[in-house]
Amino acid sequence: MTVSAPTLAVFKLASCDGCQLTLLDCEDELLTLAGRVRIAHFLEASSAVEPGPYDLGLVEGSVTTPDDARRIREIRAQCRVLVTIGACATAGGIQALRDFADVEEFRRTVYARPEYVETLATSTPVSAHVDVDFELRGCPIDRGQLLEVVTAFLAGRRPDVPNHSVCFACKRRGTVCVTVAHGTPCLGPVTHAGCGAICPAFGRGCYGCFGPSGSVNLPALIPLLRRDGLDERDVRRLLRTFNATAFDPPGRDTGADATDEEVRP
Amino acid sequence: MPDRRTTAVLDLSGLDALVEVLRGQGRTVVGPTVRDGAVVLAELDSARRLPFGWGTEVEAGRYRLVPRADGAAFAHTTGPQSWKAFLHPEREKLWSVDRGADGELSVTEERPPQPSYAFLGVRPCDLRAIAVQDRVLAGGRYPDSGYRERRVGAFLIAAECTEPGATCFCVSMGGGPGADAGFDLALTEVVDADGHRFRVRSGSDAGEEVLAAVPHHPDDPATGTAARSAVDAARERMGRAMPPVDLRALLAGSLEAERWDDVAARCLTCGNCTMVCPTCFCTTTEEVTDLTGDHAERWQRWDSCFDLDFSLLHGGPVRASGRSRYRQWLTHKLSTWYDQFGSSGCVGCGRCITWCPVGIDITEEAAALQAETSAGLPHDDREEPRR
Repeated sequence: MTVSAPTLAVFKLASCDGCQLTLLDCEDELLTLAGRVRIAHFLEASSAVEPGPYDLGLVEGSVTTPDDARRIREIRAQCRVLVTIGACATAGGIQALRDFADVEEFRRTVYARPEYVETLATSTPVSAHVDVDFELRGCPIDRGQLLEVVTAFLAGRRPDVPNHSVCFACKRRGTVCVTVAHGTPCLGPVTHAGCGAICPAFGRGCYGCFGPSGSVNLPALIPLLRRDGLDERDVRRLLRTFNATAFDPPGRDTGADATDEEVRP
Repeated sequence: MPDRRTTAVLDLSGLDALVEVLRGQGRTVVGPTVRDGAVVLAELDSARRLPFGWGTEVEAGRYRLVPRADGAAFAHTTGPQSWKAFLHPEREKLWSVDRGADGELSVTEERPPQPSYAFLGVRPCDLRAIAVQDRVLAGGRYPDSGYRERRVGAFLIAAECTEPGATCFCVSMGGGPGADAGFDLALTEVVDADGHRFRVRSGSDAGEEVLAAVPHHPDDPATGTAARSAVDAARERMGRAMPPVDLRALLAGSLEAERWDDVAARCLTCGNCTMVCPTCFCTTTEEVTDLTGDHAERWQRWDSCFDLDFSLLHGGPVRASGRSRYRQWLTHKLSTWYDQFGSSGCVGCGRCITWCPVGIDITEEAAALQAETSAGLPHDDREEPRR
């Protein structure tokens, strides 16, 4: 490590920590990485924090509070390159289910002292607030893809992270299509590749944890999900998981015929 | 002097011996076998791994294995893979480069020893598909060296088609269920009162040599007649047909057809059709570096015209809409392929119909384009001069 090594900072908004944990999970590559960058801000790994600015910022989590909304602007201002990691940061995460419901009602019902809870009515991706240089998808992100993004940043090149469908990955690894051969409902045709098509390889349908691919035709897929046994409610539930508002934005007709079901705590 | 070509009959133990002989030659024997509810292609350590007693029921967007009482090994239709998975693998390292301590770069071309394949059970449609890929990848000025090496070393054992599926249409693409060229050995499976056996014909010196090493019976008239009539009957049982028109001209004249909007509304742009197509050959190359920045590699990967990045130029993808991507695929496959490679890119295997999750049917789309075109010029914009 030299003084001139680029600095890396990791930040967290509303999230479960799983994506930044992926960085610590890079066991074999961690030492090499530590030799190539100076980890200046990574609270999950060390309480020693260096002040900004930083060369590369990784942000996990979505914006769910007024404080997050303020903080993400500060983070952006401190990072030369800002990369968001994971479904929360890139799509609002599972907590974006609030976008379909009345948050005020949650607050009143769940908390004994609702006035202590300062929260926004929506959970939004970082890109809804500031410019983002690259969005790495997944819940959680893929370790190999994270390393690729960091490596690409260090080399000054575009990361090799295709945005085509999970179907590409199934066919490449020789997985038999679970929809065509088994009649299993699967979000693979509309989901961003990156996981390596793990679920279909174990005979189950993709549940879309990497969010929408670069080219989505949901109205064409929904009749298939219905044919394979999902009712309207099941379809809505399948679409509204970790990337809920990316697949099925509130107020937009995706063809799911989804009269917004009331979400209750 | 013509080469010697033998016709003989193998029984089940002869088929076992065939695989053993090929493996004994150091070949990697690949053939159909059952996995995860489908007949897939995989390395076989024995002929016993063939899908004996399994047939397939297919429709647009649907594939099911069904048991067969006759115990036939080659009574299934094309599965989700084709032989390109082996000849033209989805991922191949082309070269790597290292930067030494002195800053010097050293480039290493990847020329790993290629497996010597024996493909057992190649359908006649797939024999034609291999011939198409040969022209694309091994012909011309810049052959793909890895493909050519694997291809030159491959031993092809055809299995003539006696059970075409509901999505098959090879006859209307100028092919048929019989194998007439491009194989080392061709099998025709016969299961009747006289037993379970395979009529085998050699098609090359290498085939002749292998056949000589395998215990076999002389050809007999009953087996010959049964084999020929099974293949003839298959010709009449194709589940689908392309419209009997000049497809090359039809597609060339359909660039502004309304049908493209109709199919685009149904198309998931998921890329499955291109991945299962035995002739689709497109690849992309990616350079990757490691964390140290002193080692880089170039990889070739399967790509697809349904991938937005496929036509990505400065400013965005050229073919952003699903309409333009489906049109590109079909027009290339059925029309501009002739301009590039002197033949159609479609052999009528039916995989793109079966393995399209939403069941888009290439024969139906061609027929719809034909109906639209022959109905005249429905639109004023068709009168516009070409831009």
